[in-house]
Amino acid sequence: MSEYIPVLMMLLLAAGTAVGILTATTLIGPKKVFADKMEPFECGEHPIVSPKLRFSVKFYLVAIFFVIFDIEVVFLYPWAVLFKDLGLFGFVEMMIFIAILAVGLIYVWKRGALEWE
Amino acid sequence: MIAELIEAVAKILFIFGVNMGFFAPILGWVERKQSAVMQDRVGANRADILGFTLIGLLHPLTDTIKILTKEDFIPAGANKLFHTLAPFISLTPALITFAVIPFGGQYEIFGHRINLVIADLDVGILFIFAFASLATYGTVLAGWSSNNNWSFLGGLRAAAQMLSYEVAMGLSIIGIIMVYGSLRLTEIGAMQENFLRWGIFLQPVGFILFLTCAIAENKRVPFDIPEAETEIVAGYFTEYSSMKFIMFWMAEFLEVVTISGIVTTLFLGAWHLPFVSSEKLLSLFGFAGPNLSIVLLMLTNIVTFFAKIIFMIWLQMTIRWTLPRFRYDQIMKLGWKILLPISLINIFITGLVVLLK
Repeated sequence: MSEYIPVLMMLLLAAGTAVGILTATTLIGPKKVFADKMEPFECGEHPIVSPKLRFSVKFYLVAIFFVIFDIEVVFLYPWAVLFKDLGLFGFVEMMIFIAILAVGLIYVWKRGALEWE
Repeated sequence: MIAELIEAVAKILFIFGVNMGFFAPILGWVERKQSAVMQDRVGANRADILGFTLIGLLHPLTDTIKILTKEDFIPAGANKLFHTLAPFISLTPALITFAVIPFGGQYEIFGHRINLVIADLDVGILFIFAFASLATYGTVLAGWSSNNNWSFLGGLRAAAQMLSYEVAMGLSIIGIIMVYGSLRLTEIGAMQENFLRWGIFLQPVGFILFLTCAIAENKRVPFDIPEAETEIVAGYFTEYSSMKFIMFWMAEFLEVVTISGIVTTLFLGAWHLPFVSSEKLLSLFGFAGPNLSIVLLMLTNIVTFFAKIIFMIWLQMTIRWTLPRFRYDQIMKLGWKILLPISLINIFITGLVVLLK
């Protein structure tokens, strides 16, 4: 566990630096508040629509694909470390696993889920 | 125990100093100066002290002072907490990921064993990926919390792009792990002592895949569609000003350095010189005595490592100023339909070759 102590020290130093910069910029900078200035930037116009609207379902799809394929990657890491010990049996078994996920990739590809027009 | 603690603090301060004190400000200058040279302009040359401009090297200093005195702006309707949290989440992981990258080998000086890495973790590569993917939250939070249409679009694009390329990036490294059989970056670095056993020769496809995915993950040109200024003003950091804005930039530059560090460690032979083994260097430094010669060897290795990092930074900067920006559908197509299948095939071929040997 002791090798994680330097990581923790680094984490504290990094977080401290970030907090320090944020504090410094809040304290030093001027503060002038009036209604027109506080509006979100919309190329000089008053905003007409709120950004909290519906957006394309494609983005949800990408997130779902990410979860599926990233789990595949997570399974591959321990296998890759032990690859030379597992030999041919491990190789064939993992190729079957990858082939099943490749079928999934081909399926979403053919259904047009990866198309952006 | 005390000696270990002092060693750890010294290494942390060294890496932190190099990153925050040298690379973060200098890369801002390199980006401007290199673009100027490549586009046949003069570039940053105005800031001066008593008439000395130092080829524009004073610009990072003047920029910092100027931006520190600017107002920290939070638009009406924005979520104040997340708006402030987003640059924090972007910058912190960018600073930490360097903790597991070795900048030298292991040396025994005056009976004390020195391992030139801040934290020698057995899950080094996974640690890097874990913290690198935290940066996604910073980008998405920045886009979502700003209450601005451009920010929101930028955040959405960034989320989809970073998630897509994370899959291919994870797969591109598998080949290297299969060849070296370790996730510990110090072991992978030590195994590349022989020039012909460098990762780039064993995994040329993996190198190109990883570099492409890493640049896409870092959202730099040609993959800078989340902050495309010709379409959505500045993307997810449209509503950021003062040092918060600079924190996003610093995070981007530090990620350039981190990517260079990972590429150097995995593919470019880490701290080893090509064709010159450590024993040869030691005998070359033999005139200095047993302890000092190891110190000289250590310094040579550190300089070699950072020279390789600077080369990779130059390469990334050149790519950034050479290629035009991709369209959004092209980026998603490249990620899912080209890089992902190629990285799967790369794993298959690597497995076959390793098994047949």
